[in-house]
Amino acid sequence: MTVAQTLPLIVAVPLFGAAVLVGAGRRLPRYAAEVLGCLFAAAAATLALYASAAMPSSTARPVEWLGGWRPHGGAGVGIVLVGDRIGLGLAALVSLLVPAALAYAWRYFDEPPRRHAGSFPALVLLFQAGMCGFALTGDLFNAFVFFELMGVVAYALTGYRVEEARAVQGALVFGIVNSLGAYATLLGIGLLYARTGELGLAQIGAALDAHPGGPDGLVISAFVLVVTGLLVKAAAVPFHFWLADAHAVAPTPVCMLLSGVMVELGLYGTARVYWTVFAGPGGIPAPDAHRALLVLGVLTAVLGAVMCWQQRHLKRLLAYSTVAHTGLFLVGLAVLAPQGLGGVVLYVLAHAGVKAALFACVGILLDRFGSVDELQLHGKGRELPWAGALFGIGGLALAGLPPFGTALGKAVIEEAAGGWATALCVLVSAVTGGAVLRAGARVFLGLGPVPEGPARESRPAADAEETTGEAEEPETRGGRLSRVPDSMLVVPTVLLAGALAVGLVPALRTGVGRAADAFTDHAGYLGAVLYGRAAEPAPTPPPHWALSGVLWGLLATASAAACALLAVRRPVRQEPARRADPLRRLHSGHVGDYVAWFLAGVTLLAALVV
Amino acid sequence: MSRRLRLWVLAVGGLGVAVLLLVACFGLPAFGGTWHPYGDRAVHAALARHTANTISSVNFDQRAFDTLGEESILFGAVLGTVVLLRQTRDEERQPPEPVPVAPPVRRYALLALPVTLLIGLYVIAHGQLSPGGGFQGGVVVATSLHLLYIAVDYRALERIRPVGTYEVADAAGEAAYLLVGAAALLTGAAFLANFLPYGTFNTLSSGGTVPLLNAAIGVEVACGVVVLLARFLDQAVEIESDDRDDGAEART
Amino acid sequence: MSVLPYVSAAWLFLIGCYGLATSRNLIHAVGCLAVCQSATYVLLLTIGYRAGGTAPVFSDIAPGSRPVVDPVVQALTLTDIVIGATVTALLLSLVIQVAKRHRTVDPDELSELRG
Repeated sequence: MTVAQTLPLIVAVPLFGAAVLVGAGRRLPRYAAEVLGCLFAAAAATLALYASAAMPSSTARPVEWLGGWRPHGGAGVGIVLVGDRIGLGLAALVSLLVPAALAYAWRYFDEPPRRHAGSFPALVLLFQAGMCGFALTGDLFNAFVFFELMGVVAYALTGYRVEEARAVQGALVFGIVNSLGAYATLLGIGLLYARTGELGLAQIGAALDAHPGGPDGLVISAFVLVVTGLLVKAAAVPFHFWLADAHAVAPTPVCMLLSGVMVELGLYGTARVYWTVFAGPGGIPAPDAHRALLVLGVLTAVLGAVMCWQQRHLKRLLAYSTVAHTGLFLVGLAVLAPQGLGGVVLYVLAHAGVKAALFACVGILLDRFGSVDELQLHGKGRELPWAGALFGIGGLALAGLPPFGTALGKAVIEEAAGGWATALCVLVSAVTGGAVLRAGARVFLGLGPVPEGPARESRPAADAEETTGEAEEPETRGGRLSRVPDSMLVVPTVLLAGALAVGLVPALRTGVGRAADAFTDHAGYLGAVLYGRAAEPAPTPPPHWALSGVLWGLLATASAAACALLAVRRPVRQEPARRADPLRRLHSGHVGDYVAWFLAGVTLLAALVV
Repeated sequence: MSRRLRLWVLAVGGLGVAVLLLVACFGLPAFGGTWHPYGDRAVHAALARHTANTISSVNFDQRAFDTLGEESILFGAVLGTVVLLRQTRDEERQPPEPVPVAPPVRRYALLALPVTLLIGLYVIAHGQLSPGGGFQGGVVVATSLHLLYIAVDYRALERIRPVGTYEVADAAGEAAYLLVGAAALLTGAAFLANFLPYGTFNTLSSGGTVPLLNAAIGVEVACGVVVLLARFLDQAVEIESDDRDDGAEART
Repeated sequence: MSVLPYVSAAWLFLIGCYGLATSRNLIHAVGCLAVCQSATYVLLLTIGYRAGGTAPVFSDIAPGSRPVVDPVVQALTLTDIVIGATVTALLLSLVIQVAKRHRTVDPDELSELRG
């Protein structure tokens, strides 16, 4: 089987697995359903890894026209899947993270719907198929369809614990905001179809290139609308509001997938659409796209870091750290060059491992103690040394401790983006890593003064401006865990090891560097997809460990540890800091507010591009 | 955020988006124009494959992969609804009481049921020829069964609607689409290729795999919609929550 | 007035967003989302229209005898409608659970997720 032929199977295998699990789920015992789910997910992972390994070079682009509808003279009617290294690598990352999440969820959910043992693994497999399809497709409308598939399944997974008031509210907000974003994308697709008469990324790009010169209003509108939906998924400010609400309430294995890969797929979509469609002479001029991505990236990074530091609800804390890191990814993309993109790819790979591992550790706390509140859990984690160690290492890795892949990715972005970006990266890593370390020091080491009152009896008033993490329902079978199952510790260990490997394997760096060269090669993509022409992009220096990057990483880690220690020693405030009040009040959980910000965000994006 | 502030943000954002969309509208080609390159190619390709209904050719042949994703969205939404509207620990089922139905309603609904069912099946079967297909026909079929709820009562509907069977059939429809797509691989063609003989133009057996995929979608949509409605009807009719539970308890 | 059909799509999107932002009832909000989505149907179908064109179905007309409208946007709209219906169903099931757990469907009274 050629590499190209495996591409549709990477999507089809998990879909088939979901159908089997739903069909047979009524008769299967639970463990059999879970094993079956893992097997199908792993089969897709094997296919994706095989396809990556069997590719002749890092710059190859295996192209598969579904249904055999090959274009003639650049014009066709079919849908194409393109398995370049970055798309295929993301599909592999997704397909590896899914079995990890399923393995972690081994002891989860005491109540699958009656006689529906296969529901949860089936939903996760559909989620996987949606993400893989989105990563591999070379057709804009098809990308929208898979974007919606991953969305629909993600809303259901987020609201999985329907007995939790917060879970259903968060899932609903997630669903409404993301659907609205998707419809904006579809409006943009409609505009592009009207202008070019095409739906394939390469075809649209080629049609736009046929009319060089500055973009007119239609092309700008189309760009803004298409990218809006993708940036909603990527949780860029001011489209980010849904993320904390959804990630704080989703079951932990789902959080691992949402924060680890789904959000990053929004960025991937943005990058893919920009380079294939709008990077040519008929598209959006590079300075305009640069300005838009950069401003949104800086806003996102700063706001995410500030909000992250304010949280005591551990899942919300991690969610806002994802927002902050998304900002850094955007800053890396804004370089609009292979170096920046290579850094982002390495960063995303390592971040997926670190963030999923951190969520896994918080899940252990939730299931052991029925709380994810930093203050309430003070010192309780001492009995979980292994989880504590993993959480601490995760915090250090998030802060950018070399040789973790996060540090490498960040160092490469710093080098590509230039001076002030270094300061931003160091600041954001120090604050987000510091927040995680602060929580770890309080919970697992019991450092600092004990919060007053034995776990405040009174619930905060309904109008409190803060979501604490007290009194959450454990997600595992049979209520709180008496001992932590090995699977829940092995999974984060493996994930952190993976994040470490991203920083250490030299072959990965060179491979990512060449893949980024190919990804940013607009003309090469068009030629390969439409005419089957293989073209080697001009090589650029691959990502590497620079001494300055290592030093900045060490500085960020040290600052994170210092921030954490300082914060822990100060007296504990039960009330959030007043200074951040206006900012916190914006995060109201109100769907109307989020929609208003959505419109304002579209306007901002348009103003930045014009 | 106060209501006033939200309205301000909304006004500014809405105005900006309005300008953006208006600019786009004036940049679009004139309404009703003759330039539709992809559409012309699609018509040509559909005729070459003996499929009279071009839209079905686009959906089930030229862009069959879109339809796979679309079908999976429906499949996922049905599964999601099964999960989200499950009977939780604090809820119990109470069989609904029979309710008297006005005789004219009963007569009309009982008469309409078989007719509607037949129309639904016809629409599915003729998807490659005339407007319609698996999605439209599937919804009509699912609706026809629910006429029994209107004509008699909920228990009568439940007798002809064993939800478990429909769930299995829903999954079978999804699997069938994938298997037809994969069968093309065995013949050496690409995934979802139209590998069957194209048949005679404008007859039931035309279009190659289009009728097969259409049927798979029809089964999936009909059964999926039945399961979906069953979950909502259960919530409305059968599932009762204990009054002392939710609000307070769930919120603590 | 050849832009009017396009402007109607833009209007639908904006009015749907206005409804979403000011809604006092989540069921109404899900309805408003459906209005936003109908903007996409209208836009796609107007883009694909050809003056004097008929449906691209050749069971009762000879190919080439009459102009037909763009079949691709019709297929896209069909896909879009199915997506819209399923998303609406899923969101409504979440609204049912919100109503049960919070005893309200007024977004102003939902106060669980803040900060």
